[in-house]
Amino acid sequence: MLADLLGIPPQLLFGQLLLGLISGAFYAVLSLGLAVIFGMLNIVNFAHGALYMLGAFASYFLLKILGINYWGALILAPIIVGAAGIVIERFLLRRLAGVDHLYGLLLTFGLALVIEGLFVKFFGASGLPYPTPEALKGGVNLGFMFVPWYRAWVVVAAVIVCVFTWWLFERTKVGAYLRAGTENPTLLQAFGVNVPLLTTLAYGYGVALAGLAGVLAAPITQVAPLMGSNLIITVFAVVVIGGMGSIMGAAVTGLAMGMIEGLTKVFWPEASATVIFVIMAIVLVIRPAGLFGRTA
Amino acid sequence: MTNRNILIVLALAALMVAPFVVYPIFLMKILCFALFAAAFNLILGYGGLLSFGHAAYFGGAAYICGHALKVWGLPTELGILVGGLAAGAFGAVVGLLAIRRQGIYFAMITLALAQMAFFFFISADFTGGENGLQGVPRGYALGLFDLSNNITLYYFVLAICLGGFLIVVRAVHSPFGQVLRALRDNEDRAISLGYDVERVKLLAFVLSATLSGIAGATKTVVFQLASLTDVNWHMSGEVVLMTLLGGVGTLLGPVLGAGVVVALQNTLASGPLSAWVPVIMGTIFVICVLAFRRGIVGEINALIKRSF
Amino acid sequence: MKMLKTLAAGVSALALTVGAAQAQISDGVVKIGVLTDMAATYSDLAGSGAVAAAEMAVADFGGTVAGAPIEILTADHQNKADIAANKAREWFENENVDSLAELVTTSVALAVFEIAKQQNKIALVSGAASSPLTNDACIPTGIHYTYNTRALAVGTGSAVVKEGGDSWYFLTANYAFGEALQRDVSAVVEAEGGTVLGASKHPFPSSDFSSFVLQAQASGAKVVGLANAGADTTNAIKAANEFGLVASGQSLAALLMFITDVHALGLDTAQGIQLTTGFYWDLNDETRAWSQKFFEKTGTMPTMVQAGVYSSVSHYLKGIEATGSDDTDTVMAWMRANPVNDFFAKGGEIRTDGRMVHDMYLVKVKSPSESKGPWDYYEVLRTIPGEEAYGPLSESTCPTK
Repeated sequence: MLADLLGIPPQLLFGQLLLGLISGAFYAVLSLGLAVIFGMLNIVNFAHGALYMLGAFASYFLLKILGINYWGALILAPIIVGAAGIVIERFLLRRLAGVDHLYGLLLTFGLALVIEGLFVKFFGASGLPYPTPEALKGGVNLGFMFVPWYRAWVVVAAVIVCVFTWWLFERTKVGAYLRAGTENPTLLQAFGVNVPLLTTLAYGYGVALAGLAGVLAAPITQVAPLMGSNLIITVFAVVVIGGMGSIMGAAVTGLAMGMIEGLTKVFWPEASATVIFVIMAIVLVIRPAGLFGRTA
Repeated sequence: MTNRNILIVLALAALMVAPFVVYPIFLMKILCFALFAAAFNLILGYGGLLSFGHAAYFGGAAYICGHALKVWGLPTELGILVGGLAAGAFGAVVGLLAIRRQGIYFAMITLALAQMAFFFFISADFTGGENGLQGVPRGYALGLFDLSNNITLYYFVLAICLGGFLIVVRAVHSPFGQVLRALRDNEDRAISLGYDVERVKLLAFVLSATLSGIAGATKTVVFQLASLTDVNWHMSGEVVLMTLLGGVGTLLGPVLGAGVVVALQNTLASGPLSAWVPVIMGTIFVICVLAFRRGIVGEINALIKRSF
Repeated sequence: MKMLKTLAAGVSALALTVGAAQAQISDGVVKIGVLTDMAATYSDLAGSGAVAAAEMAVADFGGTVAGAPIEILTADHQNKADIAANKAREWFENENVDSLAELVTTSVALAVFEIAKQQNKIALVSGAASSPLTNDACIPTGIHYTYNTRALAVGTGSAVVKEGGDSWYFLTANYAFGEALQRDVSAVVEAEGGTVLGASKHPFPSSDFSSFVLQAQASGAKVVGLANAGADTTNAIKAANEFGLVASGQSLAALLMFITDVHALGLDTAQGIQLTTGFYWDLNDETRAWSQKFFEKTGTMPTMVQAGVYSSVSHYLKGIEATGSDDTDTVMAWMRANPVNDFFAKGGEIRTDGRMVHDMYLVKVKSPSESKGPWDYYEVLRTIPGEEAYGPLSESTCPTK
């Protein structure tokens, strides 16, 4: 009714809001991974977009070569990407202990170039198709719009992942160690906790989340080498808005930014690509530490 | 000191004859990127702030200069100046927002704001969007010398880039440069000594953005076009690589780094390895960060120090 | 006179004058640069297939023309105008390349035209589509060979309106080609009595079209015109299927589709789509024979762009053979004076605005049951005479026509 008053077809308004929620689901899962990594390692993982792409490619190859379907990929691809992350942490990032954290950002930037470059070289830039799983084909007509089942599933899956991660970090012993490691790693080590192992696991879990987002994206977008390269910058802005303080903050900000972007597409389409960055600038003026961040 | 002067004279002489030996367009590309990297190094090397959004100033100025020359019909020098000043103004806005945070946050904020600029340029009418801004006239230097001749243009570009480089050198050796370095090494101490930290940082950032803009605008004149490649975040990454490879915080490092990177890209682009360029660039990045953080010039300086 | 000019141009010209001493072929070799998209959105419809087509043209000439060897250079422009312009400039200034071929995507063609005009070299455009290339943006040494947006608009646009699709909404790729296609089709739709309700411009390339498909649905238009190409078109068709656009009574018009797009979509999804093309492999014995050779070399059937590259390069080489010179103006004059007669075009005429006028075909994609084998995709509905597809020369706004 409100929509009718504003002269906007409700189909468009609710439709774009829902699509916004879907892109918000990706922002949420990706910024969640970045937040986990940042908490433990204090680095911004520039390779996050490349690892997200790796998740999509992993599910493509699981299907094409091993015949493993979408549901199998949903479990296996994040494990594969997580394993790749553990290798990166153990053999590359660990060597940067003790130098400025900015070098971590630069290293992961270089890695992103290498990984994306290799995939462009071998698979071309235009991407490969990944079919929608049989069980989620078709959709439901809500009256105001037609919602494909798969898109609805993406939102549900993202919420499950966010809640699970929150539970893992806030309600379990491992989570308590991780939070303690963020606060004071030396003291935690003195208590006999294996902090380096904890760091490796945190990085592995963070990039596994990126891999999972990649699997979720595969049937929606093409499985393409550069699918994560621009997305990751928007996610950086989301992270700055949310602040690096809390797991929930990252998830909530991600979903909210997706919705705001969707709304902008209805009322002022030209600004939809920039609205998140504008919000970031405003948040920086009002609350430099971010909405959920602790002041450094 | 005299040895050093001899070296400078030799370098200048080499720059004067270079266009008769090497393809001048290629040389001009190196010159523009050398100025860009030197300007970038001003805030990374001497201010300790990693900006990951310098493409916005380089590419933004490229577009504005192109528009000024093509549509407004400004003289070439003035078009370049307008581009540089516009980049400086945008740099002031970004600087005001970004210097509120440090380290990784600073990098992410500059990156995000540069991406915002990218989306602006992609949709603004005057940039031609995906087509780029093409057919920019080179015009005449000082209204006299026809710049459509590559050799004439080379000396014009050389003059601009040397001028820009001298400004960087002057800034680094001035009291302002000293404060900037003091701030990088120990910000709390600089504050306690009564320096207005934010103001110094902002000034350095604006100067860096302006000179990056001059470099981008000059590039537009050389290639007669400005495109999205210039404002894309990969360009921001490229200038970081040039500076890192050459040597962060050294005067000649970024210049050398720019030369190496541009030469490498050009050689690889026409050979069988053309599809490998991003992979090779990324690998150099990783190697620099892991094993070579002082860069080429930094390592040479360290070697000289150890030997004597 | 010419020697004097080159000498005055500076030291770099020394090498040139040595070459000019031999016959009429500058530096003793004819160099053709194939500048194309090797790995991105348009690599399937042009790419290595276009290079193969150019190589076939050279091989069919025996590797030499007017006694000079022919050399093919290739480069990947990644669909970026700046890379293309730099490469073209470098090729002309450093490698003495005589002409450029293929040049897919309009932004690339426009950038290369700029350089080719300055250097007075021939540009044989096959892959780019925008009609401005032979109108406002034309150059004296540019030939737009295979098709253009006007021909597509006349072919597909008027056919759809005649079948009752009289209200349109466009999904338009946000660069010169998309805009030109939308403009040309809008003109045809309105001339036939239809209306255009609006358009969404999408970034190029895009992978997720859901938001644009929603806007198209909300517009209520009968026909959603896809003013894009390559992977963008196939992705848009997929999103339209996913969001039930066709199921809810709207129809899709793919304004530019290549046989490789149909191949990628599969006949299940693509069947029934009407499209306009400048070439189809299964037209007659001649097209089948050449396409078979192409298939043996590349493993795919040729797109109209790839066939056009072969035809344009051979016509260019014939010009050099006949005149014994690779001088730009001499060869251009011969190419204009002599009609194109090969498997690709019969009586094709290169006009002074650079347009190569030849017949186009309105085709319909077969259903899986109609198709008799691999690559048997099209049923030809109508042959559109060249004059009708491209319009008379008097319509062209090219200043140098």
